Amino acid sequence: MTGADAPLIEVEDLHVGFRTPKGMVEAVRGVGFTLGREKLGIVGESGSGKSQTGRAILGLIAGNGAVRARKLRFAGIDLVDATPRTMRTIRGNRVSMVLQDPRYSLNPVMTVGRQIAEAFLVHHRASRRQAKERALEMLRAVRIRDPERVYRAYPHELSGGMGQRVMIAMMMIPQPDVIIADEPTSALDVTVSLQVLAILDDLVSSRGMGLILISHDLELVASFCDRVLIMYAGRVVESCAARDLSHARHPYTQGLLRSLPKIDAPVEELPTLQRDPSWAL
Amino acid sequence: MIRAAGLDVRFGRGEGAVHAVRAVDFEVAPAGSIGLVGESGSGKSTVLRAIAGLVDDWTGTLEIAGEPLGRSRSRQFRREVQMVFQDPYGALHPRHAVDRILKEPLVIQGFDARDRRVEAALDEVGLDASFRYRFPHQLSGGQRQRVAIARALIIEPRVLLLDEPTSALDVSIQAEVLNLLQRLRRERALTYVLVSHNLAVVGHMCEHLVVMRDGDVVESMDVATLRRRSPTHPYTRQLFQASLGYDAAVIASFVDDL
Ligand SMILES: Nc1ncnc2c1ncn2[C@@H]1O[C@H](COP(=O)(O)OP(=O)(O)OP(=O)(O)O)[C@@H](O)[C@H]1O
Ligand SMILES: Nc1ncnc2c1ncn2[C@@H]1O[C@H](COP(=O)(O)OP(=O)(O)OP(=O)(O)O)[C@@H](O)[C@H]1O
Ligand SMILES: [Mg+2]
Ligand SMILES: [Mg+2]
Repeated sequence: MTGADAPLIEVEDLHVGFRTPKGMVEAVRGVGFTLGREKLGIVGESGSGKSQTGRAILGLIAGNGAVRARKLRFAGIDLVDATPRTMRTIRGNRVSMVLQDPRYSLNPVMTVGRQIAEAFLVHHRASRRQAKERALEMLRAVRIRDPERVYRAYPHELSGGMGQRVMIAMMMIPQPDVIIADEPTSALDVTVSLQVLAILDDLVSSRGMGLILISHDLELVASFCDRVLIMYAGRVVESCAARDLSHARHPYTQGLLRSLPKIDAPVEELPTLQRDPSWAL
Repeated sequence: MIRAAGLDVRFGRGEGAVHAVRAVDFEVAPAGSIGLVGESGSGKSTVLRAIAGLVDDWTGTLEIAGEPLGRSRSRQFRREVQMVFQDPYGALHPRHAVDRILKEPLVIQGFDARDRRVEAALDEVGLDASFRYRFPHQLSGGQRQRVAIARALIIEPRVLLLDEPTSALDVSIQAEVLNLLQRLRRERALTYVLVSHNLAVVGHMCEHLVVMRDGDVVESMDVATLRRRSPTHPYTRQLFQASLGYDAAVIASFVDDL
């Protein structure tokens, strides 16, 4: 199972549950999908389990949570019973995740440049100077206007979108086989967001990487991804080719598309969803 | 209701100084709503933080309801002007449960019937009672963002500074939150300054928008110009084009320094 068309990620009947004082929270309830060398979008309701699905793949579930799955594999390697050591290797080298709150995944007391350069040195034989050069190059690639200054800055001195771009640059360093990007461009203006996605797009087409893009930007997912999964209440309720998203059949997906504000078609009140309890069964 | 004239903000001094906001002017009428859009890192959050009194080194004029703002902000100001921060995670105390996060401003401002208000505030943003005793790290990104919105609304301010308030919400919840904000604006004559990279959201919420790049305002326009997609500045034109979706050929034609 190492051929070019073998799936990179296989997920079958994935469950993630959390213990809370108010009882169990069933965050993910039987999710299944495969990821090849492609761009897979995940959209869906806030709280529907998108981030926890991504985190489960990497073994990053909080202490009060538990993961169970019939199958959870990366490149044929079982992730459910993997040793902590195997998981660390996979996380560090082969599967990267851009977390939803990027500025809080950076070390607050170390400059941004040093964090990128050190991450680079972990993965490459290089001198400190070369590492710095590469770090600056990466900051330029993600369209940071003033790379020298940002190199010396601490995370709290960055804007929201600069933090996201630094994280994306860091995640590309190990040249992973899979990137899981959780709302990676939600704080970026649309121009820079597209430019950053173009870099990821290029990694998918030139290096055969797999990308999972979690986003609520329906238009972006429809135009950027190959396929899309729509999640609701811990389940995948629909999946389709991304370009067919506008013809989605599930009433939740249709409702989502209706509730988008439109630049040239203003309305007094945005249509909202009447959530049908049967969608959550 | 809000006026900024020649607003300048700097971080640090000397060689490493950042001139984050340069000579920014705008005005928002009472019960009006203005949108700040533009490049990542262009100073949008910094403008809001200056109004909220969270940056020290600013010059120029800032006025709320005709009153010039000085260096410090009174308790009365904090009652009337509330901000929803761009990173809900950083803005919510990590070791406080949602209930305490929402009660604290009520205590500081001397509100009664706190339990009822907390319940109502959560309900308005679509969170049921089961979220009340959760900690921020036990919430999804969008749930945290809604707690942050509930906290800003709970003390019934007159001015809301909203920094990407729906960026972590799926579009159905976004529609509910935007409808709530619009209803409150009508009913309580609230005034909004809204930062968003989503032009459709700005078009829905605001009468006017200001486009920023690298600390400068490159263009201001009314919402009709946005709807016609007929800006004058090349940077804004590129921004409008980018809002049409992913197209590798179009992206390759983007110019960084317009
Ligand atoms: N540590 C935890 N303890 C209890 N519940 C949790 C915990 N972490 C997450 N949850 C719950 O799990 C559910 C799924 O969360 P997840 O973060 O995957 O949502 P999401 O689909 O990414 O939503 P969003 O779009 O808002 O980020 C949510 O209802 C959330 O409140
Ligand atoms: N505390 C700080 N110290 C130094 N520089 C800062 C500080 N806060 C912000 N800056 C700088 O000021 C500039 C404007 O930042 P700001 O957060 O206002 O941008 P923004 O328009 O909100 O961007 P985004 O859309 O990415 O959130 C950036 O270059 C940033 O690095
Ligand atoms: Mg999430
Ligand atoms: Mg900002």
